[in-house]
Amino acid sequence: MSKAKEVLLNPIFNDNPIALQILGICSALAVTGNLYITLIMCVALTTVVTLSNLSVSLIRNHIPTNIRIIVQISIIATLVMLVDEVLQAFDYESSKTLSVFVGLIVTNCIVMGRAEAFAMKNGPLMSAIDGFGNGLGYSVILIVIAIIREFVGAGTFYGIEIMPLTTNGGWYLANNFFLTPASSFFIIGFTIWALRQWKTEQIEEPEFKISKNSLESEKGAA
Amino acid sequence: MLESYLSIFVKAVFIENIAINFFLGMCTFLAISKRIQPAIGLGIAVIVVLGLAVPINNLIFNYFLKADALFPGSDLHFVGLICYIGIIAALVQILEMFLDRYIPALYNALGVFLPLITVNCAILGGVLFSIERNLEFTESIVYGLGAGTGWALAIVALAGITERLKYADIPEGLQGLGITFITVGLMCFGFLSFGGISL
Repeated sequence: MSKAKEVLLNPIFNDNPIALQILGICSALAVTGNLYITLIMCVALTTVVTLSNLSVSLIRNHIPTNIRIIVQISIIATLVMLVDEVLQAFDYESSKTLSVFVGLIVTNCIVMGRAEAFAMKNGPLMSAIDGFGNGLGYSVILIVIAIIREFVGAGTFYGIEIMPLTTNGGWYLANNFFLTPASSFFIIGFTIWALRQWKTEQIEEPEFKISKNSLESEKGAA
Repeated sequence: MLESYLSIFVKAVFIENIAINFFLGMCTFLAISKRIQPAIGLGIAVIVVLGLAVPINNLIFNYFLKADALFPGSDLHFVGLICYIGIIAALVQILEMFLDRYIPALYNALGVFLPLITVNCAILGGVLFSIERNLEFTESIVYGLGAGTGWALAIVALAGITERLKYADIPEGLQGLGITFITVGLMCFGFLSFGGISL
């Protein structure tokens, strides 16, 4: 596998920003109630992280270490403002729904984390690819959560009615729990579980193991 | 007067907890919640930074960015985002240098977490909320401290639960991050019950 392909594909399942690096979780919880909005958020984040990685990498040798955070964050904030303006120009309705969360991409730790961990040490092309790959990894998890939440919570898929709701004279009683953001905690938790059953090398080592002997001796005593 | 400050504080800590009810600052919240000691350190750092950043940005908004604030007809609120984050980043870096010089013990305890606080969405979220709600200067100090305390409370509570959980026999794939998510989901239900308090 060539290095570029590895850098691009690794973040999707092997080193996923949400499931393994624990980055960018706030928006994953808050914007996943509806698939269309989620897709816009994914495109916005992928654009920002790709461009910010590219720009940070281009000037990485000229940034003094002491003020690097301010430099990175002003690049990111500028990009986010641009994305926000473009979104308002072309899709005003969704930008209204998303407004706060597009702004919060500034503090989305995926962007900052990749700038700090990858773009400061690698060339511009590789950094852009890494940014794009991480954007995809983020999108995959968000889209999975959004599909589950929209389907169970409202009986629709991408706004198309699959299961007619009882409120519209259908048979499906919507599960409102899946429309509350609390549900996404559980869905992400179980998604991570599923991912780790498949990619077993991601399993975290437990700090303590219950010794088999003690269990068996207890059984014997009972 | 004092009562209204108290109600802002209690509301920010319990009813509108910034971590549990608004999902802000989740990344650090989940990553640093394995032991109580660092969780307390990070919690204190967030209280300090929120307590400073919210009132300062409040002043900036009221005296520079608000419509007609700088001179009649001016409206600079569209550059708000970059101003707030710039101020937060500068504040964190100044705080880091100050602690390094004068309180090295605290600096060493917080070391890794301090720079991370810049990208903690709890800080930017707190600032945006205080501006959205048109808080006065003194109210914004109380709100900043309250929101920070709420966040600290949530992370210390989660760290306490996680510390107990390490003796539990959890399925392999759910170990670590997975079980933390489910714990926070359950805490979320717990905090929902504060929603019934009316102040």
